[in-house]
Amino acid sequence: MDLLDILLSASFWAAAIRIASPLIFATLGELICERAGVLNLGIEGIMVAGAFAGWIAVWGGLPLWGGVAVAMLTGMMLGLVHSTLSVPFGLSQHVVGIGLTLLATSLTFYTYRVVLPEVSSPPKITAFQPYEVPFLSELPLIGPAIFAQTPLTYAGFILAGLTAVILYRTPLGLAVRAAGENPSAVAAQGLSVTAIRMGAVTVGSGFMAVGGAFLTLSAFDSFFFDMVNGRGWICIALVVFGAWKPGKAVLGAVLFAAFDALQIRLQQTGIGAVVPYQVFLMLPYFLSILALVLMSRRAEIPAALMVPFNKGER
Amino acid sequence: MSNSEKAQVVLRLQGITKRFGPVTANADVSFDLHRGEVIALLGENGAGKTTLMNILFGQYTADEGAIELFGQPLPPGAPRAALDAGVGMVHQHFTLADNLTVWENIVLGVDHLTAPTLKARQVKSRIRDLAERFHLKVDPNARVGRLTVGERQRVEILKALYRDAKILILDEPTAVLTPQEAEALFTTLREAISSGLSVIFISHKLHEVMAISHRVLVLRHGQLVAERATKDTNREEMAALMVGAEVSAPSIEARAAGAPLLSLRAVSTPDQGAAPGLKALNFELCAGQITGLAGVSGNGQAALSDLLSGLITPSAGEMALHGSSPARWSPRAAIANGIARIPEDRHKTGTIADFDLTENAILETYATRFSQRGWMDWGKARAFAESLIKGYDVRCPGPDIRIRLLSGGNMQKLILGRVLEENPDIILANQPVRGLDIGAVNYVHGELAKARARGAAVLLISEDLDEIMRLSDVIHVISEGRLSPAFARGTMRPEELGSWMAGHGFDSHGMDTGAPDAA
Repeated sequence: MDLLDILLSASFWAAAIRIASPLIFATLGELICERAGVLNLGIEGIMVAGAFAGWIAVWGGLPLWGGVAVAMLTGMMLGLVHSTLSVPFGLSQHVVGIGLTLLATSLTFYTYRVVLPEVSSPPKITAFQPYEVPFLSELPLIGPAIFAQTPLTYAGFILAGLTAVILYRTPLGLAVRAAGENPSAVAAQGLSVTAIRMGAVTVGSGFMAVGGAFLTLSAFDSFFFDMVNGRGWICIALVVFGAWKPGKAVLGAVLFAAFDALQIRLQQTGIGAVVPYQVFLMLPYFLSILALVLMSRRAEIPAALMVPFNKGER
Repeated sequence: MSNSEKAQVVLRLQGITKRFGPVTANADVSFDLHRGEVIALLGENGAGKTTLMNILFGQYTADEGAIELFGQPLPPGAPRAALDAGVGMVHQHFTLADNLTVWENIVLGVDHLTAPTLKARQVKSRIRDLAERFHLKVDPNARVGRLTVGERQRVEILKALYRDAKILILDEPTAVLTPQEAEALFTTLREAISSGLSVIFISHKLHEVMAISHRVLVLRHGQLVAERATKDTNREEMAALMVGAEVSAPSIEARAAGAPLLSLRAVSTPDQGAAPGLKALNFELCAGQITGLAGVSGNGQAALSDLLSGLITPSAGEMALHGSSPARWSPRAAIANGIARIPEDRHKTGTIADFDLTENAILETYATRFSQRGWMDWGKARAFAESLIKGYDVRCPGPDIRIRLLSGGNMQKLILGRVLEENPDIILANQPVRGLDIGAVNYVHGELAKARARGAAVLLISEDLDEIMRLSDVIHVISEGRLSPAFARGTMRPEELGSWMAGHGFDSHGMDTGAPDAA
């Protein structure tokens, strides 16, 4: 059967890891926001803005890592807008988030036209190139699948570990988690719930934007209008799938990416000749919903997620 | 406390005044707290106790006056200042995060947020030391959500002790404890006091105030109206000082029971998560009687009240209403059989906060009494709400305001009126006076007594033994889903009931009735 061949090939898993990378950044970003108690639906727009900002910065002459930094800062600025409205003002997190997605997306397209008024197709940049980790990349299957990726992918996995350590091993992480569980407990210790939540949303939004920038700086080498294509919404689901834990969320991202890589390959097999290709495109989403249902029934949602905190109220 | 005058003053409030618009929450409040002293702060809801504590913790800024802690002026409006100076507070509504562990909750906010690690091992060993020294047994690795209410309170106290608190403020600390747990708390406090801790004890329960405090301060309408050495006062005087008048609790005399209206024979229900189900319960509610159900919450009270209100059905055993067993048991059948409920949590299940009084008054009967052919009769509904407001002394600007704006007591009076106006045979009163002040408590108790006098069977579920013992004709204790035998009024002392509440005595009793003991 073709399926087994596909699942045992290094190139399949290499593609899965590559497709997972932007999801990992953005999922971690969303996870940080939600752990602090804020649902950030601005994620889709922030990814679009990040993809554009990183790319245009590199096109303008910055080095690739400079582009990543510009994307991060762009995301953080948008995160600051979100958290200002949703935390101290306590506005509906749904409305603020969707509004921010619309705003960031439109603003990106507007800026694109202002910066590049004459072009018919977007200019290309030199993107991140794969870097083969010495020794490790020579391992069978795992080597070419995991250790021959671009530096930004490695950064994503390192970031996941870092996020887990900060969340579970530092006073800061404890305060973030407590803000998402019971903000009164945080306030009773004289800590500022507002500052903690705003900080978490701002940093988390920065990670989302880097996830977007991965598309223009590593996966592709240019910017297209529809390139984010709902990845942000997938990340919202991945956070639930991962039960708000960084490790499981990364696993979910890789799993979804594997489904995606699989459907592309299945289209080229014998079945692909019979079944309409739209069915294959649907496959990763369908399987993700299924996995979500199976995995997240016992997940412990942060108790104060989407609950605005007003000092002095019970 | 003859030497308290000589002891060091640790906290001094001078002329604290706080106004919210036209309302004066605190008017010129001054007092001193000495090292090793326990002050009881008494007052009805809305007397200004909470506002005063919020000023101390920098949540509000006083309009006038000053606070000194250990001889140093306390900067106003700085939440961390009091904490850092060594003041710890155990709130009535615990400020713990359920999904975090005990040690995580305790250490939250101790280290600066930029500190690199949490040092879990050191934290846990220090917690164990403190727990041992102050008799506060709790597992540092347990999740707070899994703990009993008593254990959670220990975590809150440990939280304060972990920060080397020199002053501990306890807001209604025993509201949720068994007498034994309360006694253990007092043991802990005495231990802490002898090592120099000072305590401000906020409570409604006068016998506890008598037992633990050295001095009593009474707040009324924001003013400090009286200060007494505890040994020079008594419960009657304190109650009178709190409300500003002589208090008369409704007197309830024993009377003969009528026919059983509801009876359970060996009824069991399945466990629901951590909450135990009922284990082979034999139980009767008789006309013209108040049956008290004592017990620490989470021991099967929820299962029993869910069963009686039709939300769950028995998995074994028989249930009879008015002598016959109902064919299909559902909330609708319960209502049709004349069972009325005063829900445990009036905010969550008793009312809809943003509905007005009219809408809340007809919440349970809108479909039958207040609509015709699918159209609401708002005129009739409003008239009904107005009659409840008048008949049950609900103090409010009118039936059109949102119920959120009412005090707990007035909210409860409206619920009570809504229930009693239906003239139910069986009244399920679940924690009917929790969080109410003395005036409202007496009112609610009086109404329950009236319902009993006209022949209703009342089931009173409460964690407050005082309340149970004063009102009930018959008392049962529930523990882990098992029910004690019925004790007639006046035959049991609180300590004996407390022992049943702690789960003792059921095994021998279980053998008598042949109740299967679920392992």
